[in-house]
Amino acid sequence: MTDETALPDTSPEPPRETAVDLRREMADSGVQDILDQLDRDLIGLKPVKQRLREIAALLVVEKARQRLGLAHDTPTLHMSFTGNPGTGKTTVAMRMASILHGLGYIRRDHVVTATRDDLVGQYIGHTAPKTKEILKKAMGGVLFIDEAYYLYRPENERDYGQEAIEILLQVMENQRDDLVVILAGYGDRMDKFFASNPGFRSRIAHHIDFPDYGEEELFAIARHMLDDMNYHLTPAAETALAEYIALRRAQPHFANARSLRNALDRARLRQAKRIFETAQGPVDADALSAIDAADIRASRVFSGGLDAQPSSGDRP
Amino acid sequence: MEGSSDTPVTGAERYKAGVLKYAQMGYWVPDYEPRDTDIIALFRITPQDGVDPIEAAAAVAGESSTATWTVVWTDRLTAAEKYRAKAYRVDPVPNAEGQYFAYIAYDLDLFEPGSIANLTASIIGNVFGFKPLKALRLEDMRLPVAYVKTFQGPATGIVVERERLDKFGRPLLGATVKPKLGLSGRNYGRVVYEALKGGLDFTKDDENINSQPFMHWRDRFLYCMEAVNKAQAETGEVKGTYLNVTAGTMEEMYERAEFAKELGSCIIMIDLVIGYTAIQSMANWARKNDMILHLHRAGHSTYTRQKSHGVSFRVITKWMRLTGVDHIHAGTVVGKLEGDPATTKGYYDICREEFNPMALENGLFFDQDWASLNKVMPVASGGIHAGQMHKLLHHLGEDTVFQFGGGTIGHPMGIAAGATANRVALEAMVLARNEGRDYLNEGPEILQAAARHCQPLAQALEVWKDVTFDYTSTDTPDFVPTPTASA
Amino acid sequence: MRVTQGTFSFLPDLTDEQITKQVQYCIDNGWAVSLEFTDDPHPRNTYWDMWGHPMFDNPDAAALMTELAACRKAYGDRYIRVVAFDATHGWESVKLSFIVNRPTDEPGFRLNRMEMEGRKMRYATFPYSADRPAGQRYQ
Ligand SMILES: Nc1ncnc2c1ncn2[C@@H]1O[C@H](COP(=O)(O)OP(=O)(O)O)[C@@H](O)[C@H]1O
Ligand SMILES: [Mg+2]
Repeated sequence: MTDETALPDTSPEPPRETAVDLRREMADSGVQDILDQLDRDLIGLKPVKQRLREIAALLVVEKARQRLGLAHDTPTLHMSFTGNPGTGKTTVAMRMASILHGLGYIRRDHVVTATRDDLVGQYIGHTAPKTKEILKKAMGGVLFIDEAYYLYRPENERDYGQEAIEILLQVMENQRDDLVVILAGYGDRMDKFFASNPGFRSRIAHHIDFPDYGEEELFAIARHMLDDMNYHLTPAAETALAEYIALRRAQPHFANARSLRNALDRARLRQAKRIFETAQGPVDADALSAIDAADIRASRVFSGGLDAQPSSGDRP
Repeated sequence: MEGSSDTPVTGAERYKAGVLKYAQMGYWVPDYEPRDTDIIALFRITPQDGVDPIEAAAAVAGESSTATWTVVWTDRLTAAEKYRAKAYRVDPVPNAEGQYFAYIAYDLDLFEPGSIANLTASIIGNVFGFKPLKALRLEDMRLPVAYVKTFQGPATGIVVERERLDKFGRPLLGATVKPKLGLSGRNYGRVVYEALKGGLDFTKDDENINSQPFMHWRDRFLYCMEAVNKAQAETGEVKGTYLNVTAGTMEEMYERAEFAKELGSCIIMIDLVIGYTAIQSMANWARKNDMILHLHRAGHSTYTRQKSHGVSFRVITKWMRLTGVDHIHAGTVVGKLEGDPATTKGYYDICREEFNPMALENGLFFDQDWASLNKVMPVASGGIHAGQMHKLLHHLGEDTVFQFGGGTIGHPMGIAAGATANRVALEAMVLARNEGRDYLNEGPEILQAAARHCQPLAQALEVWKDVTFDYTSTDTPDFVPTPTASA
Repeated sequence: MRVTQGTFSFLPDLTDEQITKQVQYCIDNGWAVSLEFTDDPHPRNTYWDMWGHPMFDNPDAAALMTELAACRKAYGDRYIRVVAFDATHGWESVKLSFIVNRPTDEPGFRLNRMEMEGRKMRYATFPYSADRPAGQRYQ
């Protein structure tokens, strides 16, 4: 069997580097590309983009310090994304995984999304396995918990959410190499959540706030979305959409970019119906991709109503 | 290739008394599309000087199916068209003047279900002595699923063998007890015990160890099983020794097999020379008695070795998968009985795959569907040692038995040390492979690193380093040592 | 003695880093990994107790390593093995199995012989540890 008189291990230490080219590191990691891509894909979000750059720079420096033998620690990477619905939190979380993966802080470029229902069980003994199952799925990458505050229900003393919270906190503390957790939700509710769960607050390194979009940004986002789908607006439709945005933004249940995406989906439906009813003979590509004013103005928003089904709102 | 006077003669003309060319008798059908249920044989034919290759192919088709040298009227009492084997393609063999590959299709009804004896009586029967050919070699066969399904197939199969042995994820290790002849039962069992205790999974009787004056079979079985059970208790692992039950008669073989079973052996062995029918019978017995069946391919070289005449080993391997053996010696690539790696890969694929796609580079001329027949564990033995572990694992894969006879028993510190060296080398290599290391090129370092914890391995690498050196010097010329963290 | 069941028992005990690599290899092959533990190391003891179900949906080895830590906490005095299952048709069984935890003291096995007629022998293997009741064998 294995011999007791093992020979000494003589493998030499690898030579230590003396300098690191940070820009090169950033470029080589592919993270620069991801950040540039994000700049192009996401309209506005200036402060968010700024924070992402800062975090990326910090992480590159951290790696460099490690390589040069300076004091370093596995940095805490858990984050919280606060903001109203449709402000790009989920979208950025997905990119965040790519950034962390590119920089070598997580092993796989994946995000597992969970809400209270995925984590908290229905009966005693149900929650721990459920939470662990999700955690295990996410391991190596990012766990994105949307509307994290629903985990905490102080009004119900025996709420199983507390159990999920404890398991989460434990993994966030002890397995920082294995998992990055991003919590997301409305700003004010997240604040309250952190206030009553200080354990979370202390384990989160980066709080990023996602502001609501201005009218112009929303318009640009709509353009961008249509562009991606190979549609365009006629000049009259542009005017209509600008008006639509102003009206819709003032209504309840407004969900920023998501409301826009939904509005455009409905406009495309109307456009299809319109083409069918009015087309005489074959139609060309231009006709098939043009959204006209009528396609937008038919929305109930213009007659003072809500555009979406009242019950569903513009929830994700 | 198209012939000239090969046009079939039809109707009453065809059956007029006299001698027709085989091609004219309907054994050459160039536009024939083999049916899914046809058995197809690929022969390498070397016609006598002046004999047209197409006529020669047709003759092979005829002689291996319905024909006789002259026209017989009794053909007309049968559905002769169906029963005639059909040569449908003849290609010159690349770089071998005077040799041709002849493709011949046989209707399934020509064969008895589940009988290799019957199959071989036709396909390699009289035809091999047929005068118009200088030489004839059966290169490959396509066995239709309908035919495959008439065979039991391997009694145990690779998966169940592993489950029974509780050994997964690495090749198994064995050794043939040496010297082959002359050890008494008591001495013989000593070798078995030392090798198994040291770390091998199996030991093996040699092909010609049966029941001789120096050691009668019962004695061997009894001492071997003492060794197996003792080694099992020493290690907590399942162990086995292939008890060779080869004997002069079936009755005698059954008696020996029964005794092996009574003693609790998990595996027995037979030699190829006992014949196809005896092999099938033993495979049936093995299935019925939960016994793993090892086949030693003793004798095959008399007909597999010459390229121009005989039966290729890949065909033997296919037949053996049908007959139902669990292990077959199928070459080592790197050992003393060196085989061409590409051809050997063909044999291993036949043993282990569910479906063999046509792969001319490996000598596989046809797609072969094995219809969920169990898999055969190929065995590599002959002149291999621990220093070649990376090569062996690379060429032969995981589902094999590596048999280090000399490489175990010849270890300077004894048999158990030899066994340990092999086992440590193997586990270290599998570990490295799974870790994603380039184990083929880093093999020598991986072994050296493992040897730091295992003196027997260090000694084995030292003793057999020349062989390793020869080998690595040709195969890994740009080998650069880099530091390895000790495991 | 040292029980040498499992794929890597002849090597020095694997470090967690080495175990992680093997587990990741299994996962990357599409095999479901799981943990099993026992205090009866008899070579024919096929059914060790399962520590949860095989993990079918976890892409990263950290998932198993988390469970291993928990399993060691509960049953660190026993044998624990990693088992990987391959569901591919034609295999549908264990593909790799190796011990990742063992008792500090392994007393080994007793071999019982019962002499039968005609020089035949009946053998039976007993783990010395099995003399004590299940659950108390390695304490
Ligand atoms: N700044 C932006 N530029 C372009 N599209 C955006 C932007 N922000 C959000 N979107 C789009 O809006 C939709 C909703 O965004 P999402 O990230 O799910 O928001 P949240 O998670 O904050 O609710 C997605 O389809 C997304 O692509
Ligand atoms: Mg969202």
